[in-house]
Amino acid sequence: MSLRLYIWQRLTAALMAPLVLVHVAVIFYASRKGLSAADILGRTRGSILWASFYGAFVAAVAIHASIGLRNVLIEWSPLRERPAAMFSIAFGLLLLLLGLRAVAAVVLS
Amino acid sequence: MSDSPPGLTVSLWRGAQEGRYVTYKVPLRASQTVLDVVTFVQRHLDPTLAYRFACRVGVCGSCAMMVNGRPRWTCRTHVAKVSAGGRIEIGPLENLPVIKDLATDMRPFFEKWRQAKGSFVPSKTRDDPIETITPGSAARLAADAAIECINCGVCYSACDTVRWNEDYLGPAALNRAWSLVNDERDAGNAARLQAVAGSGGCQLCHSHQSCQEYCPQALNPTRSIAGLKRRVTRAYLSGDLKP
Repeated sequence: MSLRLYIWQRLTAALMAPLVLVHVAVIFYASRKGLSAADILGRTRGSILWASFYGAFVAAVAIHASIGLRNVLIEWSPLRERPAAMFSIAFGLLLLLLGLRAVAAVVLS
Repeated sequence: MSDSPPGLTVSLWRGAQEGRYVTYKVPLRASQTVLDVVTFVQRHLDPTLAYRFACRVGVCGSCAMMVNGRPRWTCRTHVAKVSAGGRIEIGPLENLPVIKDLATDMRPFFEKWRQAKGSFVPSKTRDDPIETITPGSAARLAADAAIECINCGVCYSACDTVRWNEDYLGPAALNRAWSLVNDERDAGNAARLQAVAGSGGCQLCHSHQSCQEYCPQALNPTRSIAGLKRRVTRAYLSGDLKP
């Protein structure tokens, strides 16, 4: 792992730490208050705040997880650096696509 | 009851990279070390056994081997401490090529020490006055905490990251680099930080801490590597380092 990737992974981890806490708090709030899907969508649709929050979360997850997967593949699989990197980039893009699709589904009206 | 003296069943690795454990019976003695056991086998049972030692008192760092799956200085390990049920298994250090039996090829270990720029680079000549170093300064305390390494290879053998990634410089080389990074007299830090931030550098460490768990000198290479991580990250973010 290059130093550049190491720093990206640490920065995204630092970004995700508060995001995870807020995300968990939101889950608790929604379940304790018994919010329905319609209630939640009513709050998230058209919200730039929730779009930015979960958009940043998804981007951080995609970068962080793909760098981590690259390291796992290099250390624990027979894959060499280049194929491991290609596979990890594809995995990161898939996470980004699925995540942004989910964000769009709850934010775009 | 048998009249024969109490004995020890010892399994020793025989062969090179490919080989097998061979069992020997060795008499138990008072205050016997694992190195004494290996020496007994070589002197009395099989003179073809290859192993490495020099000082016998924990100074030279040449007698490290795997004892019951754990890297140890054999000269400083008492049999009474490790012989569970009168049995001991002794093998060559892991993560290094085996030359023969219990002797490993230490060249990759020392080559990485060199790659990490583990040699002191003087910043003054003999004509300059001796530099005054404050013993209590933060840099000197950090250098002192890492400096007692005798390059026995125990940490290198215990390191999971070395096992998984042959390019990783390893705890001993990085610990040495950290002691020099904190040496105010040294002039080689630009090249050293570049070296320890390369593809096999400090950022690969997973902080499993096997190095500090097994270090016979009670050093903490994980802490040294964490220091290097902070230092190279700062250097990269400030533009002083271009990996």
